[in-house]
Amino acid sequence: MAAAVVTKKRLLIVAALLASSAPLLFAAILPEERMDVLYHRYDGGGLTVDGPSVLVRKNIADKFSVSGNYYVDNVSSASIDVITQASPFADKRTEESLSLDYLFDRTMMTAGMIHSSESDYLSNTVHFDISQDFFGDLTTLSMGYTRGSDTIKSNSNAAFKETATHQEYRVSVSQIVTRNLIVNLSEEIISDEGFLANPYRSFRYVNGSSYSWQQEIFPQARTSYTTTLGAKYHLPDTRAALYGSYRYYNDGWDIKSNTLEVGYEHALPHGWIFDIHARYYKQNEANFYSDLFSNATEFKYMTRDKQLSAFHSMAAGVGITYELPFKNSLIEKSSINLYWDHLKFDYENYRNATIKGVAPGTEPLYSFDADVIRFFISVWY
Amino acid sequence: MLRTFLIATIALLCAACSSMEPWVKPYERDHLADPIMSFERNPVAGVYLAHVYGVREGSRGGQGGNGGGCGCN
Repeated sequence: MAAAVVTKKRLLIVAALLASSAPLLFAAILPEERMDVLYHRYDGGGLTVDGPSVLVRKNIADKFSVSGNYYVDNVSSASIDVITQASPFADKRTEESLSLDYLFDRTMMTAGMIHSSESDYLSNTVHFDISQDFFGDLTTLSMGYTRGSDTIKSNSNAAFKETATHQEYRVSVSQIVTRNLIVNLSEEIISDEGFLANPYRSFRYVNGSSYSWQQEIFPQARTSYTTTLGAKYHLPDTRAALYGSYRYYNDGWDIKSNTLEVGYEHALPHGWIFDIHARYYKQNEANFYSDLFSNATEFKYMTRDKQLSAFHSMAAGVGITYELPFKNSLIEKSSINLYWDHLKFDYENYRNATIKGVAPGTEPLYSFDADVIRFFISVWY
Repeated sequence: MLRTFLIATIALLCAACSSMEPWVKPYERDHLADPIMSFERNPVAGVYLAHVYGVREGSRGGQGGNGGGCGCN
């Protein structure tokens, strides 16, 4: 069971990354030349995902910057969705991306493309961004557009083939407020059209004293609005920074969510940087979500996707960076980094259907914990 | 909504544009230039964590400061 709803989200994130990798304070210079080699691992809720990610950036003639990213997800899943509706599976997804930045005076223009493939999902994405500094570089205004085209297949039905398109419009303003404080405000509009469901997922409905499953039915369109306000503050007398952000989200499926993140970074002598951070997230359910429908045709659209249920989650993490005491004519600096995050998801109307012997709809609510590891080496040259 | 946001942003910028002097001088930006003041100090790691959240939540967007893995079902 692959990531029908996964790929498009990641590609939007990657597009945003590739378009915003220039240092925020100095948009009118090219990004740093660097290479990152990352090993990532997610383990929680019966799902394990790991793999590498390699990002390389090279500048050309002080006007152009080229970056490429190669990313792999090795998926092994026995999650609650899989246990209740299918069999455990393993899959692999690979993603390649390329982007080009062009610097002209105080304007940075970026164009890029991303290709993602797995056994039952193909996606191609293009993105364009422009960024301009104002007021002695105190203000940076950025705008961008992303368009993705997906082909969705099913490993259990060779005849199944659907398509979907995704568009994102984004604008952001970054403002230096004081010599220690920078804030960022962004707005994103994302619209989807086409097959937006998961071909493997079913909803459940009452059938006598038990329940039955049927293929979920999604609307063919979705539009969402996301507003994010972030800030970072450098403590005056020590090399440390406090940061935080608030995100408000709403969409045409009546999902609303609030996200709050805070963190603290502290640099110590001899190249050490410590990071501690926390995140709180809460959303309500989509207007066509239910844990248990009364019958197979109760509504036009029906899903039991727990991603669209009401839930809240908490996360906390720590990270450590060590800048290696090594440089030469080829390597400007290098660092080794380890981050660990612990996540807890508590669902408010998604029940654990693996529990038997109770009336349908009275099973205990589902929750799970997960651990995320990021280990990477960065080299600047 | 986007149009309103854009117009308001540009209008604010332009209104302040003509007479504004940078109130944080270039020589006062040592703290701001510190890598720990970057909203995304480690971009590849940030994308990964943003992806971890994105595939499990109904929300999307606003991930500029985060990082992500595949999170199917």
